[in-house]
Amino acid sequence: MALAHVASSTSRSNLLRPISAFVSPNLRRQLSTDDTRTLTIETSVPFTSHRCESPSRSVETTPSELLSFFRDMATMRRMEIAADSLYKAKLIRGFCHLYDGQEAVAVGMEAAITKKDSIITAYRDHCTFLGRGGTLLEVFSELMGRIGGCSKGKGGSMHFYKKDSGFYGGHGIVGAQVPLGCGLAFAQKYKKDGTVTFALYGDGAANQGQLFEALNISALWDLPAILVCENNHYGMGTAEWRAAKSPAYYKRGDYVPGLKVDGMDALAVKQACKFAKEHALKNGPIILEMDTYRYHGHSMSDPGSTYRTRDEISGVRQERDPIERIRKLILSHDLATEKELKDTEKEVRKLVDDAIAQAKESPMPEPHELFTNVYAKGYGVEAFGADRKEVRAVLP
Amino acid sequence: MWGIVRQRLGGYSAYYSLQRIGLGHLLNSLKCYSSEAAAAKKMTVREALNSALDEEMSADPKVFLMGEEVGEYQGAYKISKGLLEKYGPERVCDTPITEAGFTGIGVGAAYYGLKPVVEFMTFNFAMQAMDHIINSAAKTNYMSAGQISVPIVFRGPNGAAAGVGAQHSQCYAAWYGSCPGLKVLAPYSSEDTRGLLKAAIRDPDPVIFLENELLYGESFPVSAEAVDSSFCLPIGKAKIEIEGKDVTITAFSKMVGYALKAAEILAKEGISAEVINLCSIRPLDRATINASVRKTNRLVTVEEGYPQHGVGAEICTSVIEESFEYLDAPVERIAGADVPLPYAANLERMALPQVEDVVRAAKRTCYRSV
Repeated sequence: MALAHVASSTSRSNLLRPISAFVSPNLRRQLSTDDTRTLTIETSVPFTSHRCESPSRSVETTPSELLSFFRDMATMRRMEIAADSLYKAKLIRGFCHLYDGQEAVAVGMEAAITKKDSIITAYRDHCTFLGRGGTLLEVFSELMGRIGGCSKGKGGSMHFYKKDSGFYGGHGIVGAQVPLGCGLAFAQKYKKDGTVTFALYGDGAANQGQLFEALNISALWDLPAILVCENNHYGMGTAEWRAAKSPAYYKRGDYVPGLKVDGMDALAVKQACKFAKEHALKNGPIILEMDTYRYHGHSMSDPGSTYRTRDEISGVRQERDPIERIRKLILSHDLATEKELKDTEKEVRKLVDDAIAQAKESPMPEPHELFTNVYAKGYGVEAFGADRKEVRAVLP
Repeated sequence: MWGIVRQRLGGYSAYYSLQRIGLGHLLNSLKCYSSEAAAAKKMTVREALNSALDEEMSADPKVFLMGEEVGEYQGAYKISKGLLEKYGPERVCDTPITEAGFTGIGVGAAYYGLKPVVEFMTFNFAMQAMDHIINSAAKTNYMSAGQISVPIVFRGPNGAAAGVGAQHSQCYAAWYGSCPGLKVLAPYSSEDTRGLLKAAIRDPDPVIFLENELLYGESFPVSAEAVDSSFCLPIGKAKIEIEGKDVTITAFSKMVGYALKAAEILAKEGISAEVINLCSIRPLDRATINASVRKTNRLVTVEEGYPQHGVGAEICTSVIEESFEYLDAPVERIAGADVPLPYAANLERMALPQVEDVVRAAKRTCYRSV
């Protein structure tokens, strides 16, 4: 059943009245059964391709997948909003770049790949980390600089990692993660793992020279590298048309094929990533441009409204919000009731609040941690604190 | 007292009037009856930078500003506020996030005779442009036997801010300071900032201008001279912030504030510290530093950057080479810890110099137990 068809029949109101509202509770399907039947859903818009064939607009999914999309995105959304409050309460320091609005990219990508595939991204990494299997507790502990954090409090917001499930960070320098991602792909090919790497970057990073250098090499050497441009249309305060002569990022690979995807549609993201993985394993690099949007400013120090209008922001929220899209799909296919979804959201809110409370209990790192992990193998070399005669350590 | 102070400053150029000696500190802690001091106004470092840029752009049409968010966003840290409106997009250029590219373009423009001011959002990002700074800018006047000079200024925040993590907190003073062909400046107060930025823009050579994000909002008194648009400070001259006789403490940028606080604490314990604000990392004012140590016989160097091959290492060596017989105690270095900067607040505090570290080192030179 095409989403477009359903949507047009309820165009008068944003809220989709669930069909089950007219049916007695006894006949309503339980959430847990029938979750393996396949649904075929059309993406919001067709894919646009460059030097390759587009994948089909019809995406196969299951009720359980859609419900997990909803839950995961709601968790990510709630986590980022909570992080905003924690930052304003000064429990999070330094930089904090929030991902709310872009959740469909993280969630759709995970649905298409395994934890043996690798993902690498820049500093807007909280949700990507969560998608890779990180926990809310690890996120909030790291943000507050506590030992329970994924980097033991030593990294901070921009430096989350989870190597055991293929998440390589978490990088602060714009564009650096792309050659690194191609390097991961190089190693995957070298070791014949049959896996791929997704190297995420933004429209701001899309003009970095190192990207093209790494892409050239990846194409020459047929590396299984998938470059994913999360185009939220603003590089900090600069709109894409002011930074790029050609903002058609999916075409910027020139000889490398590309696909433009509605990044607010988790099913479209899933389809594109599935397609890209198959392509990369056979034919080398491909670029995916995810047309997405961030509701927050670039970081917590940026209001996000000096270079965008509030109408634009609320317009996207109204028309294209990724969570609302999935909510409508779930309701229109009668996979859950409005109340059940609201209960999920309440549950998620509680999980986030509990994780924050637990994270606050996590202690700060011990002083000796200052000197741990400088090297993997320190050979007993000496390292010094600020006063070298007062604080010195031996690096193991 | 003022007479003696003047005498001590014999080595400085004529422009260096009484006002240059630690005006901020003197005004804050002593009653000063100088009429010029009474008219002193206050200015934040941000205002100092903005006004210096504005005046130099106004005075010389070849001066232009380029960098990320310098124009429409009014500057990532609002340093270039109002400049786009005043001078237009040809002279205030918003660049894409491509340091290697736009730095190369800036250096090329300087080759041709323009006077670019290239802003790095932080000097951490300038590492992407290192080849152009060193190979294209620093060495060209030499390689071309003087045909092509490079009148460019590279400016932006340097060193640690607050909790911004390992990739956003490094101090590059020592790296740039080791490179011939570059001039490297590190102001502390608003007056330093104004005078040195104006000097840097007027200078015909590539200048690295190291600012500090945490100083941008700090307010300092400025003398009447400093507010004048012709104001300029000499490059290569350190400034004695406060005179002392027991120990010389050298510092630059934010650490000058820490050294001044340490001096206050030491004074209560009967130790008179002379605080030198380096102002210029390259050329390094070895004369002033050595003259000071010959007077006090003890040295503590303070910097935020890593200790090995740091600015303090060069200063200590200079003093050992030139004033060895004058030293009554081993030289002391206070620097950042030998680790990538951690995020956790307690670890970050341990990884960066604190006032108590400076006090402790100064006491050690005086053989006082801590």
